[in-house]
Amino acid sequence: MSEDTLSTIFAALADPTRRKILALLASGEKSVSELAEPFDISLPAISRHLRVLERAGLIERRREAQWRILRLDAGPLKEASDYIAAYRRFWEASFDRLDEYLRELQEREDKHESG
Amino acid sequence: MKADETEAGGKNSSAATQMPDRVGETIFYLPSDLEVVMKRIFDAPRELVFKVYTDPQHIPNWWGPRSLTTRVDRMDVRPGGAWRYVQSGEDGTYGFHGEFLEVVPPEKLVYTFEFEGMPGHVVTETVTLEDLDGKTLVTVVSRFDTKEERDGMLSTGMESGARESWDRFEEVLQKVREGLS
Repeated sequence: MSEDTLSTIFAALADPTRRKILALLASGEKSVSELAEPFDISLPAISRHLRVLERAGLIERRREAQWRILRLDAGPLKEASDYIAAYRRFWEASFDRLDEYLRELQEREDKHESG
Repeated sequence: MKADETEAGGKNSSAATQMPDRVGETIFYLPSDLEVVMKRIFDAPRELVFKVYTDPQHIPNWWGPRSLTTRVDRMDVRPGGAWRYVQSGEDGTYGFHGEFLEVVPPEKLVYTFEFEGMPGHVVTETVTLEDLDGKTLVTVVSRFDTKEERDGMLSTGMESGARESWDRFEEVLQKVREGLS
């Protein structure tokens, strides 16, 4: 993954409106006005959110007649999810080892004290 | 459907009080945007846990997966001090580095974490050690910092106060998985 790609994805996901837009697009492609409908915010505000999502590579847009149609690109989302999963595995493995190591150290100390 | 629906709010507050029930269990949750929390109780006094966390002699004995060998390249445990660990295994060598931001023995440690295989992506980890009658509750809060955030480019979303949990993110992923299968 290129530099800051993941950061851009996390930043894009940090906003509830943008996450909701992604959730809407997960059920199929939609036009900008269809997307804006459930929200109590202006069309320009929606457009700003769409630009952030597009920059993160999370959505793609195409033109169909006079309509702009948006679709979800699942690839980057999966990368972000995979990164968190890998990060979690890393820490869980470390914690398991830390647990054992702390036990070992204390046993050694006990032996030292009693012996 | 309003944009600021807060059905995840209840889940957020319950997540904030999540605790491991026993030694050896790791609790993992995503309490808010950009944050990951891990909690674990260790059957050891806080001073010892802090020492094992901050002494370069101890790091290779627990840091990272067992299948990899960890070597401490640099470790200067003071605010502004640098650290770098190198892990090697059958598949190659991986470098990790960062900077210590806060060092408060034996209760708190804050540092940045960057995987050299993914440069520019900085995680800030805050490790808190709490004494539980001779045992130690370790809480690691990892903040997935972003360049945009540091630059203040995304301030509108971050300041809205309408912070849902990552449950929404999980929902999206679930839908995506369903769509792909």
